[in-house]
Amino acid sequence: MKKYKEKLIEFFLKLTALVTILTTIGIIWVLLSESISFFKEVSILEFITDKQWTPLFARKHFGIMPLISGTILTTIIALCVSLPIGLTIAIYLSEYAHIKIKKTIKPLLEILAAVPTVVYGFFALMVVTPFLQNIIPGLAGFNSLSAGIVMGIMIIPFISSLSEDALSSVPRSLRDASYGMGATRLQTSFKVMVPAASSGIVVSVILAFSRAIGETMIVAIAAGQQPRLTLNPLVPVETITAYIVQVSLGDVAHGSLEYKTIFAAGITLFVFTFILNNISYWIRKKFREEYE
Amino acid sequence: MKIKLESKNVDVYYDKLKALSNINMIIPENAVTALIGPSGCGKSTFLRLFNRMNDYIDSFKLSGDVLIDGQNIYEKNILVDELRKNVGMVFQKPNPFPKSIFDNVAYGLKIQGIKDKEFLRKRVKDALVQAALWDEVKDDLNKSALSLSGGQQQRVCIARTLAVEPTILLMDEPTSALDPIATTKVEQLITSLKEKYTIVIVTHNMQQAGRISDYTSFFYMGDLIEFDKTDVIFTNPKQKQTENYITGRFG
Ligand SMILES: Nc1ncnc2c1ncn2[C@@H]1O[C@H](COP(=O)(O)OP(=O)(O)OP(=O)(O)O)[C@@H](O)[C@H]1O
Ligand SMILES: [Mg+2]
Repeated sequence: MKKYKEKLIEFFLKLTALVTILTTIGIIWVLLSESISFFKEVSILEFITDKQWTPLFARKHFGIMPLISGTILTTIIALCVSLPIGLTIAIYLSEYAHIKIKKTIKPLLEILAAVPTVVYGFFALMVVTPFLQNIIPGLAGFNSLSAGIVMGIMIIPFISSLSEDALSSVPRSLRDASYGMGATRLQTSFKVMVPAASSGIVVSVILAFSRAIGETMIVAIAAGQQPRLTLNPLVPVETITAYIVQVSLGDVAHGSLEYKTIFAAGITLFVFTFILNNISYWIRKKFREEYE
Repeated sequence: MKIKLESKNVDVYYDKLKALSNINMIIPENAVTALIGPSGCGKSTFLRLFNRMNDYIDSFKLSGDVLIDGQNIYEKNILVDELRKNVGMVFQKPNPFPKSIFDNVAYGLKIQGIKDKEFLRKRVKDALVQAALWDEVKDDLNKSALSLSGGQQQRVCIARTLAVEPTILLMDEPTSALDPIATTKVEQLITSLKEKYTIVIVTHNMQQAGRISDYTSFFYMGDLIEFDKTDVIFTNPKQKQTENYITGRFG
């Protein structure tokens, strides 16, 4: 009887795993087949080298570069904000803060990641952009700067929490050794703790990066919808995700070439995040071996 | 005999738990003093008073005076970082940094802002020679310290401590994680170091205390039961408790 129950549970667990795997395979299948039929009409060379992305216009161009540059630009701005702040918080929490402070601040920070991104989007558009326009006169109403900054704020907890975990899991004995040599807290943090936790910190940054690349709402609302090959943070751009939203919500006919651009853009995004996730997986694996 | 370290009327509490009560003890210069006693009697707590490593424990409270060269090291104007450059510590478990052997040994000098490559190389070499490790690692100073054996790692840690030229060495069961051969090496090292250093060592190994120490103090449940020359403690202790502990008739 008991054995029967065990078998049943095992069966359900297997089934759940199977459903998850099948769903993933299904998504990749659709993504692949639709983009293959896209690439039958548009050459990969054109896709990669053309400097314009205008599938919805009369003069159609299918160069993904403007979308990639928009994505990378907003992501880099986000990292410029979140990396220094997130790391500072992580070091403060693990090396300086009293345990009680740490226990209060960490969950509070994680709320940042739980705020609906549409709220962030409007915050960027309605608050940050007008504020920045006072300082930077040439700033357009839609721009990658405020979208990037706000996205950076959103991903702070990714970096601070995961890096803090990495710092805290460095053996206590290393900290003792450093203090015992007469090192200050600051020296101990930067000469011993951060290097010893570096792989964990790098993983946190990659995950934050991957989250920023895939972020949709904030950039769709605040960065604009104008594919543009530029690194100028003051003008409207369009990210891969924002483009997908734009077309999905629009009225292009299913099965048309315009429609298939979504999948071509989607698979590009997928390739990016797939590579990033693999790098972080690889680092984590290596890191684990190091400590054995 | 010159007094190097001293504790006067020292009480230590962790919250409500009294870990040390009314400890009055002197530790002579250029000698090896062993701290012995059953687990939990306060040896590590006492040892860590002298480089203020207990300060990181939130519940730690101290009353009384802890003196080095006659100076109370718990006074407000004492710079703890400076103090620790003079009071080196070797821990129970080897704890080299995940860095190269060279960077481990040079760590203390580097954090003091010393950049002169020649000088660093010389000090690292001297420290490794003193720690009886030089011959084993001299061709491979850039190798990660974590790739060494436990005994070698512990000697890296000792070299790391010696490199900043402290005058006091605190050692908390430095050989408990080592095999007999490595233990012998570290013991020889300790004996050779006492000309220049004042050494305080915690050990659970009675033979070891007998072999290497000049003075021994016996702690029991937070009290200092007896302090004397090692041969007196081992051959003619004044307290019954000490005798029982040393002869293994304890309990
Ligand atoms: N960080 C701490 N917080 C609270 N209590 C502590 C702490 N460290 C030690 N104690 C307590 O203080 C007492 C003395 O501990 P200590 O570590 O000094 O003993 P010890 O003689 O070094 O023992 P051992 O031989 O096992 O290392 C023990 O009762 C211990 O439980
Ligand atoms: Mg101890």
